[in-house]
Amino acid sequence: MNQHIKSFQTKVSRRQVMIGAAGLSFAIALGDRADAAVLASERTGTAMSPWVSIAPDGTITIMSAATEMGQGSMTSLPLIIAEELDADWTKVRIVPAPPIDQIYGNPGFGGSMYTAGSNAVTSYYRPLRTLGAQVRRVLLDNAARKWGVPVEELTTEPSVVVHAKSGRRLGYSEIAAFAEVPAQAPVIKPEELKKPGEFRLISKDVMRVDLPTKVNGGAKYGIDIQVPDMLYGAVLRAPVEGSAPEKFDEAKVKAVAGVAKAVKLPYGVGVIAETPWAAFAARRAVADSVSWSKGGKAWGFDSDKGLDTFLAAARDSTVNGSDWFKTGDARAELPKSATAMEAEYLCDYAYHAQMEPLNAVASVSAAGDSAEIWVGTQSQSNAQEATAKALGIARDKVKVHDLLLGGGFGRRGPRDMDFLIDAVLLAKEAGRPVKVMWTREDDVRNGRFRPLSAHRLKAGFDASGKLVAWHHRLVGDRVTPYFDPVRYERAGKKDFILMLGADLKGYDVPHQLVEQIYEDTGVRTAPLRGISFTANKFATETFIDEIAIKRGVDPVKFRLELLQKTPRAVKVVERVSQMANWGRKVEGRGFGFAFLDYSGSQMAGIIEISLDRRTGQIKAHNFWCTIDCGTAVQPDNIVAQTEGSTVYGLGLALSESITIKDGAVEQSNFYDYLVPRMNQVPQMHVEVIQTDNHPTGVGQMATPLVAPAISSAVMQLTGVRIRHTPFTPERVKKALG
Amino acid sequence: MATNFTVNGKAVSTNAPPETPLLWVIREDLKLTGTKFGCGTGLCGACMVHIEGKRAFSCQTQVSEITGKSVTTIEGLSPDSSHPLQKAWLAEWVPQCGYCQSGQIMSAADLLKQNPKPTRAEIVEHMSTNICRCGTYQRIVRAVERAAREA
Repeated sequence: MNQHIKSFQTKVSRRQVMIGAAGLSFAIALGDRADAAVLASERTGTAMSPWVSIAPDGTITIMSAATEMGQGSMTSLPLIIAEELDADWTKVRIVPAPPIDQIYGNPGFGGSMYTAGSNAVTSYYRPLRTLGAQVRRVLLDNAARKWGVPVEELTTEPSVVVHAKSGRRLGYSEIAAFAEVPAQAPVIKPEELKKPGEFRLISKDVMRVDLPTKVNGGAKYGIDIQVPDMLYGAVLRAPVEGSAPEKFDEAKVKAVAGVAKAVKLPYGVGVIAETPWAAFAARRAVADSVSWSKGGKAWGFDSDKGLDTFLAAARDSTVNGSDWFKTGDARAELPKSATAMEAEYLCDYAYHAQMEPLNAVASVSAAGDSAEIWVGTQSQSNAQEATAKALGIARDKVKVHDLLLGGGFGRRGPRDMDFLIDAVLLAKEAGRPVKVMWTREDDVRNGRFRPLSAHRLKAGFDASGKLVAWHHRLVGDRVTPYFDPVRYERAGKKDFILMLGADLKGYDVPHQLVEQIYEDTGVRTAPLRGISFTANKFATETFIDEIAIKRGVDPVKFRLELLQKTPRAVKVVERVSQMANWGRKVEGRGFGFAFLDYSGSQMAGIIEISLDRRTGQIKAHNFWCTIDCGTAVQPDNIVAQTEGSTVYGLGLALSESITIKDGAVEQSNFYDYLVPRMNQVPQMHVEVIQTDNHPTGVGQMATPLVAPAISSAVMQLTGVRIRHTPFTPERVKKALG
Repeated sequence: MATNFTVNGKAVSTNAPPETPLLWVIREDLKLTGTKFGCGTGLCGACMVHIEGKRAFSCQTQVSEITGKSVTTIEGLSPDSSHPLQKAWLAEWVPQCGYCQSGQIMSAADLLKQNPKPTRAEIVEHMSTNICRCGTYQRIVRAVERAAREA
């Protein structure tokens, strides 16, 4: 009776799948009844369908295509399916989807399974709603046939089809037992989807399914995995990427009890041991005996001098950049301006500091022709592909187990999946499964950073004082070509991970030019929470504040003038200024404002700070923030993400700095890389402004607000502008003179 | 030589070298993986456990120091997530990535044991030993206050 659609195979075209053609099989399955939506390791039953299975006991298994790093996608994406399916959420089990790009790939990343850019809900929202509605329609059609009534007379309640006229009811699991599934999915027109007023789950604050396991130690992260016969690995990487070990003293490794062997890797020395402590001890023992080839580009690079070089290039108009963004004709208009202003801003390298140090477990078959990996990754696709590439095997020979991530923030999604390949190469060498854990020191020193950047901005005004022309020259260490060369090529060699947000999106300024002056220091880089917006909005929003002050206009009023054509933006700005009672004066306190259109999410923030002039220490007391991200799928989670991304922004603004000396990272742990602690964070007051627009991102949107808001608050309090993040006490003291 | 001690009320034994951090024994030998490795230097609190009823960084405690002592991990805080702090953590939707939260809860449990009705300032001071990179601090404060209220 039950037809399992054969077209679930990966050959099915992406379009078919994403419109749901393949999403309609119902697995007849045995399974435990769930009392609430739970995170499960496997689908119930033997017969599988890509997204949804319905078991006889009523359990509905829904696939989670995004990985979970704290942002909540493992709940919110299945919730979107469940909404249109009208599933009883208490019967839902959520299972990580296998790495089949054609079925589960993120439409926002060219169909790769990649969780990043705060875009999971944004990109999956429509396809998953349609898919849920299609499954529901098939259930309705089957019930209509069974009862011999027109399908139009049927409605659903959670997991039940209802024929009100006759009072008959059929549970989804009962229907699944006899359902005939059409080869072609029914067409669902957009107007047939639920109206926001009909939502039972979306915007109702359903508890995230992973939370119960995160208060009792039960949540399983990559680092928690043990598999039978497993060994432990540690890797000493070259201080500069591109270098290789020339020689080392293997006897020093062998002298440590419990150590199996040392392995020369293309980029470092690996050790394999019976226990983690033996592996760490062996690596310590071998460290001093390694000599490195001087391969790679970063040798000799010092970040402080590098930043001077970057700034000099930004100032030197003979250094040509490439046009990243252009509207109007700023080159022609700027020289014609009645008046003009210029300013410069600087940003240091910054480190992700996700709490779970990077790690992975891998097992490679004796013949080397297949592998199994356990990893917390932002991209199941990249993890599978990088493993396959390292072993020279086909992607489908790699079985992927994606685990919870103890933070991602952009670090866990690179094309080459560096931390996973450590485990793969050592497992191949060992002939047994190997777990490789990076220490915190490894994680810092082998970090891939938010790039170093220097920004020179120029604004031109017409005779009436109106801002008409804008030029932003951005000199920054390249990111995309290093972090993800495939996407760099696809994007037409645009370094979007460095450059996004360098324009004035939302503001009505007719002539804008953003230029990228390309630098490649050889230092490892990556997207980091807030991505390019953290540096670029620090530059643009701080400059906008400077312009307002110079013109004698209130900085919030000035934004409202520039935002006249974008009512959603006006609303977040007006509301946050009400919340903070903007304009009031408080003795010893400074207030600063920032606005941001981040991938469509409208953000506004106001910070209240004080400053110890003796030490140069800035203290944040309150932060008010408004966010309009369209339809709020999980409102309280949006508040939580906004609080979290504010704290992250506070670290980038005040204390977090990576410095490079002779190509190597100088910091090593939380004593010299200072992330915010509880006693440093302000009271945060977040308001989600719900609109019926398509949902946009929430995972990192407040991060870029913080630095420009603080710079402007310090300006208001002291009359001094600080221009170099992080605003360390030393820098603040120096600026105050 | 074996070291004997108790974890969550059960007698355990390890052959790890005496200088081995307790953290690794708990996680890799005893397979109680709720206690996390974060920094290895006593700076982040992800490894927080209770030793003889008081909070301790398990990454800074050597096996040689725990002979005969009683250790409690997050798994032993309650059998069924019923500790007031665990309930409060869920009520306030505290965890995001969740990796630091075992350590946060163990730190908070130590605080409430010493001081059942802490002020906000006392909570902040006590909990500033623990880093949460997701930035859940505001909710942690609310959850500790809730647990103190509802306990």
